[in-house]
Amino acid sequence: METSVDKELSPARVKTGAGFSSKKTPDTVSTNKRLKRSHRQIRAENIFRRTIMIVAVATVVLVVGIMITLAWQSRLSIQSAGLGFLWGKVWDPVRDIFGVYPFLLGTLLTSFLALIISVPFSFAVALFLGEYFPKGWMPDLLKNLVELIAAVPSVIYGFWGLAVLVPIVRSFETAIGVNAVGLGIFSSSLILAIMIIPYAASLGRSMIQMVPANLKEAAYSLGATRWEVIRMVILPYTKSGLFAGVMLSLGRALGETMAVTMVIGNTSLIPKNIFSPGNTMASVIANEFTEADHPVYLSALIELGLVLFVVTVVINMIGKRLIKGVSK
Amino acid sequence: MKIVKNLAFAALAVAISGSMMLTSCAGGNNPKGADSTAKAGTEEDNTILGAGATFPNPLYSKMFSEYNKTTGLKVNYQSIGSGGGIQQLTSKTVDFGASDAPLNGKQDSAMSAPAVHIPITAGAVVLSYNLPDVKDTLNLSPDVLAKIFLGEIKKWNDPKIAAINKGVKLPSLDIQVAHRSDGSGTSNIFTTYLSKVSKDWDAKVGKGSSVNWPVGLGGKGNEGVAGSVKQTPGCIGYIELAYAIQNGMAYARMQNKAGNFITPSIASITAAANITIPADAKVSLTNTEAADGYPISGLTWILVYKEQKYNNHSAERATKMLKMVQWMVHEGQQYCAPLNYAPLSANAISVADAQLKTVTFDGKPVLQ
Repeated sequence: METSVDKELSPARVKTGAGFSSKKTPDTVSTNKRLKRSHRQIRAENIFRRTIMIVAVATVVLVVGIMITLAWQSRLSIQSAGLGFLWGKVWDPVRDIFGVYPFLLGTLLTSFLALIISVPFSFAVALFLGEYFPKGWMPDLLKNLVELIAAVPSVIYGFWGLAVLVPIVRSFETAIGVNAVGLGIFSSSLILAIMIIPYAASLGRSMIQMVPANLKEAAYSLGATRWEVIRMVILPYTKSGLFAGVMLSLGRALGETMAVTMVIGNTSLIPKNIFSPGNTMASVIANEFTEADHPVYLSALIELGLVLFVVTVVINMIGKRLIKGVSK
Repeated sequence: MKIVKNLAFAALAVAISGSMMLTSCAGGNNPKGADSTAKAGTEEDNTILGAGATFPNPLYSKMFSEYNKTTGLKVNYQSIGSGGGIQQLTSKTVDFGASDAPLNGKQDSAMSAPAVHIPITAGAVVLSYNLPDVKDTLNLSPDVLAKIFLGEIKKWNDPKIAAINKGVKLPSLDIQVAHRSDGSGTSNIFTTYLSKVSKDWDAKVGKGSSVNWPVGLGGKGNEGVAGSVKQTPGCIGYIELAYAIQNGMAYARMQNKAGNFITPSIASITAAANITIPADAKVSLTNTEAADGYPISGLTWILVYKEQKYNNHSAERATKMLKMVQWMVHEGQQYCAPLNYAPLSANAISVADAQLKTVTFDGKPVLQ
């Protein structure tokens, strides 16, 4: 690709052009102008290409740099705890015992639970807005409102969760007879589920709208009902897009900090069930970073960040694999 | 050719950003990183930088604004938490640090030069609870408190609680414990107290700004703990006195070392500080001998380097800062009580004065 572009815009052509212009033909002036312009254009083109290349490479370097920084800063903790950090069940800053297992469990539990809760809603929104009512003021309003969900700052979700959702969950827990605290993994999953709906919904909606009309029309002409069209045409056609939206949601859920911190109950004990209080990796970092008062502790928190980073990368990679598998 | 050139450019970009990253890595331990903030300049010279504890932030803001009115000196105080303040002082990016806990051995050894502790005010940690049907103020003893926070006392009508609350009808309600989830000086004072009064607590949990809580829910900040207490019947949690007063929350009387049950108040905190304070001012006010002192109290300190000549730090700057701290210890104390902070006791003020006089610039005392 690049080489062919290079040949097309090579300075050699400009030179021949300049020689050509010395013959006083009637349209010399206009040719010269064009040539000058194209020379400038080529230079601009090169500058532009270099700029985007540098910026693009810098982005990659930044990500790699973050990874290296995290690894380097957590060396103290890696030296003292080794791999035991991953399945250690105790997080005791006083005695410098650091195990990430309860938080790893908390992060995965809240994220996947949130995903399970949110997927029916986001798919429903995607189908409703993509297939049933793609046009009109009401669907437009609904679409904007759903997208607004993503724009609300997470601390507001946390506050709303604490003030409204937690008491409701508490009475629900009292009714079913589990430890009625309200704060816990279940509450944070609910908050997360609401927060991540728009990601899968928006992507799903645009995917569903892109299904070629002739495919759908063909199905209808064969006597398919709307449900059959959705099930046999739209879903198979859009499944990789829908799945990508779900992965986007999951990524958001894994890293969400503030709202979760406010409603998860923040305890380092291993959660017994989904109603127990727990902690996620992100919330531990947010809670304890400011007062991490000795080097190993600080280093352990940074290693926690590294683990979160790696978990997110691994889950994303698995997701990409699955998308490839699905779209085959 | 173009591709080669472009790749060369890209490599250059990688090299530049890579070196930037490395310098930022090393920045944490590099005292030269302070230059940008500590550099002498006309505008900057009249601004003192400080960072640290969040607990005294409302008081400090008030003090600094009042001091600014009389002297024109600006103080830029970032309430990033005691640990952060100590780190910034260690890396010399601020003129003073502020902390709710005295420097521990590890923090002391991380510093390149000794720092002095100057007490500014005192606060208390109170036990707030939610028992809808109990109108009387609860009494708590150190033993009962430790057992509640260890998860050994599980019901409100436990005989141990009933024994110190005669005449109070206690419900058969489960006790929910709420604690701070974020590392904080408040937790530090509270766990220091529990470690002092309970061997069990000291052995199982210990003291620190974050500990491994055996039971309970974590709430972020005073408001997080207060929220849990308000919403959950049967919940008990520890919060700062100032926060509890401002939000009209019920709090318990604590039994002190002398055996008296003391209601936390500004007067009883100052009373707790009315003890012999060591010359370095590094003292915990928890469980003091004072007969009418509230036992879960603590000082909060400003930390400055004992030798003010470091990097580009000027003598003028050092003098300005120390005069300000001196003002906080004396005239500034009038702003404590209205904001629900306890003014320093007479003993604490004399120790603070003595500490301030030990600060030198190039070997000579800064304040006369």
